[in-house]
Amino acid sequence: MTDAPLLSIEQAEKVFGGGRTLFGRPRPAVHAVQDVTIEVRRGETLGVVGESGCGKSTLARMIVGLDAPTAGRIVFDGRDLVAEAGKDLRRLSREVQYVFQDPVASLNPRKTIRTILEAPLIHLLGLNKQARAARLSELMDAVNLAPEFLDRYPHEFSGGQAQRIGIARALAADPKLIVLDEPVSALDVSVQAQVLNILDGLKDRFGLTYVFISHDLSVVESVSDRVAVMYFGRIVEIGPARSVFRRPRHPYTHLLLQSAPAPGRKALVSEDANTELPDPYNPPPGCAFHARCPRGTDVCNAKIPQLEAVAGDDSQRAACFHPHERR
Amino acid sequence: MAEASTATATPARGQKRSSGRPDNLGLLLNNKLATAGLAIFLLIVLTALAAPWLPLPNPDVTAPADRLLRPLSEGHLLGTDALGRDILSRLIWGSRVSLAVGISATLIAAFFGSLIGLVAGYAGGRVDTLLMRGIDMVMAFPYILLALAIVAVLGPGLLNALYAIAVVNIPFFARNIRGIALGLSRREFVDAARLSGKSHTQILFIEVLPNVLPVIIITMSTTVGWMILETAGLSFLGLGAQPPQADLGSMLGDGRKILFTAPHVSIIPGLMIFVLVMSINLLGDGVRDVLDPRLKSGALTRPVARTAVMREDKPGDVTPSPGAVLDVRGLKTEFHFGKEIFRAVGGVDMRLGQGECLGIVGESGSGKSVAAMSIMGLVPTPPGRIIGGVALLEGEDLFSVSDERVRQLRGSAVSHVFQDPLSTLHPLFTVGDQLIEAIQAHQPLSKSQASERAAELLKLVRIPNPGERLKAYPHELSGGMRQRVCIAMALAADAKIIIADEPTTALDVTVQAQVLALLDTLRREKNTGILFITHDFGVVSTICDRVAVMYAGQFVETGTTEEILNTPAHPYTAKLIDCVPVLGQTERRLDAIEGRPPVVNNLPVGCRFAARCPRAQDDCRAAPIPLFEFGEGRAVRCIHPLIAEAGHD
Repeated sequence: MTDAPLLSIEQAEKVFGGGRTLFGRPRPAVHAVQDVTIEVRRGETLGVVGESGCGKSTLARMIVGLDAPTAGRIVFDGRDLVAEAGKDLRRLSREVQYVFQDPVASLNPRKTIRTILEAPLIHLLGLNKQARAARLSELMDAVNLAPEFLDRYPHEFSGGQAQRIGIARALAADPKLIVLDEPVSALDVSVQAQVLNILDGLKDRFGLTYVFISHDLSVVESVSDRVAVMYFGRIVEIGPARSVFRRPRHPYTHLLLQSAPAPGRKALVSEDANTELPDPYNPPPGCAFHARCPRGTDVCNAKIPQLEAVAGDDSQRAACFHPHERR
Repeated sequence: MAEASTATATPARGQKRSSGRPDNLGLLLNNKLATAGLAIFLLIVLTALAAPWLPLPNPDVTAPADRLLRPLSEGHLLGTDALGRDILSRLIWGSRVSLAVGISATLIAAFFGSLIGLVAGYAGGRVDTLLMRGIDMVMAFPYILLALAIVAVLGPGLLNALYAIAVVNIPFFARNIRGIALGLSRREFVDAARLSGKSHTQILFIEVLPNVLPVIIITMSTTVGWMILETAGLSFLGLGAQPPQADLGSMLGDGRKILFTAPHVSIIPGLMIFVLVMSINLLGDGVRDVLDPRLKSGALTRPVARTAVMREDKPGDVTPSPGAVLDVRGLKTEFHFGKEIFRAVGGVDMRLGQGECLGIVGESGSGKSVAAMSIMGLVPTPPGRIIGGVALLEGEDLFSVSDERVRQLRGSAVSHVFQDPLSTLHPLFTVGDQLIEAIQAHQPLSKSQASERAAELLKLVRIPNPGERLKAYPHELSGGMRQRVCIAMALAADAKIIIADEPTTALDVTVQAQVLALLDTLRREKNTGILFITHDFGVVSTICDRVAVMYAGQFVETGTTEEILNTPAHPYTAKLIDCVPVLGQTERRLDAIEGRPPVVNNLPVGCRFAARCPRAQDDCRAAPIPLFEFGEGRAVRCIHPLIAEAGHD
């Protein structure tokens, strides 16, 4: 039982648009997520990295049941998550929760923090007034906020505090899995560290599993056990955080790492100008990264590479015909 | 730009709690016209409500003997009508009816219209299409015709007129509310509510409705007057109030036939309708101004073209430092909201040489954007004002030159690149149009020459196929391309200095790397100085030669990039560097800075960082800390610095 993954996503796909108009003309369709297969083990943090438009947020919304995949299966703790989300989102929300990117926009401006935090306690757990009060003070303590903040309105909080309230709301129903969608991107660096530390502490304290989505490589590296790199709706590389960041196999991961600025790093390696993402309405036939890839050959333009173990190392897999070898 | 808005938003927030900004009623009473409207409206409403207790003759009792008495007659203040009924009494009773019908029609229309709008906006898709096409059908008829048709089907009568008017006005509410609900339903807090276990109905009425309520009230306040007019219109045509019942419209209708023999019979109810509707409209406008968030945030007070300069101590002749293109000394910028003063920038010195890149690093609200925007007078006034310092651009004091001169310099000698290229570029003009405009603003070139120059500029910022790209609209370009266009625009007139305000924060890492590399090459090729504002130490070390760390409106440390990163002297700098996660150093525990920066309307006397500083001692809090220089271009605002050379005693 403990060996079974907590969450497994099998060949999930999400298409936006599509279908036909009233007059029978086909509507353009965008594949936001394609052929994504991931397992998340109990107690780990899976980092998902990628640039804007790569489909990472769509993936996150599918995991919490806000969007249904067009194809593929998502299994949570042995149950079919997609069917459950369609039938009874509440049951799923008791176990899978979400932390939003924009902390202030995710709080209703006309509700007090108490009302916001009580909602999951009432609707998901059905607690009575006394139990709610006890749980509220527990939650505020967990995210390190003073209890008197409960009766204030969201606009009175700084970004970091608002994000901690967002985390407290996700924690309220005592979930097993929390999906964090760019939880620190909107925050200042000093506040970012506070929030990351709180998340770290909560994970141990409540035995949580995280799916941590971010475009910031260094943040993902500092929190994740395993990392999945997404590009244009597909996973291009997945493996233990340490080895993916030390020995990136996929040229895209390589490029990402070289582009990341870091204190003390003088020159960044940058590509030449033509680095557009492929047109999502007209995707290339082969590897989506081909046009930007220094290692690309004809085969890349003809076939879509599959995730495969590189150099016999099964833990780290890359979807590339010409991966970087072990150095 | 974002920085500036947060800097101004935070004080506004603080103020609401502390000094008690006037509440909604206070704001309304501030508006003289609205107050007058409110007073008249209340007077009419109270009189109408008190009608049964006022010593008035029965409005429906006829007295043929007293017919058509002029106003101010004995016993009949406003005279009598053709049947000898007292006009004053009929007027008051009639207003009562008109008000009741107008207000109840508004309530009915608001209820059903808002409900349709809410459901359509929240559900979207087919439900939305179905409901809104139905509403469109109602709107396709001229309103009075539709009202007539409804009354024709239901038969004449006040109640039926009320239904007709309510139905005719439902689309007005539905369309307004649907637009707002549509926007709100896609907001993150609605998703959050779903994940908190709320059902769709609960979300619609508990989460979305409270946010739509102000709009409903605004719409109601502007429709009541209209509805009273429509009621009067129907009654005038004899389809509303039936004799003998009095109603402003039917009174007007009765007087019509004798308009020339006894004008007062129709003029008095006419005036009453005018006064009543006018008072409601004035009041409604006032209510809208108070409740509409767009008007509240100051859209009505347009900032002037240049920041007000109100220097207390006029600086004497300042000789610019040798080799500096831009030399700023003692810059102080404040924001005044009522009595509260926010000292956003409290004395900043910066020097920028040719081809040099100076980074200003700080958290949001530290005043780094305000400092940079002050140089060219781009801080909005009101509420901003520059109260001290000089900014010398090649020896010329930018704070004392004429507005015309500043306008010439903006975009030519000093140009800006902002964080969000999508909001900097105009969405309705092509990239080429905008570049050509920027070029022609400063150089007397013909359109074709300017167009050539624009293509050259795009080539300079490494945009492939520049001739074609000139015809592209901003939304057709990716974020990185758009930022390149902004940089090209900044280079349009051989800028000596580019002020880059978080130019890469909104971009992806790979694109960020390209834009940084581009800026770095350009400044070397064209010898342009760059003032680079950022919160990211990683970005700083890629491009900046020197760094100034800003905290609560002051520079706390300056030096070369290497010195600051390797041997920070100020505890804040050290902490700020430590909280950045670094690739490849996962073992490193992130060191967060506890607490929050001080609010700039309530700064401590001594060191502004003392409250969060692990090294703070009593002497830190006693007096303002000056900036101590040690070594070449190195300075720190700390009396217990982290490195020994910086010690001064």
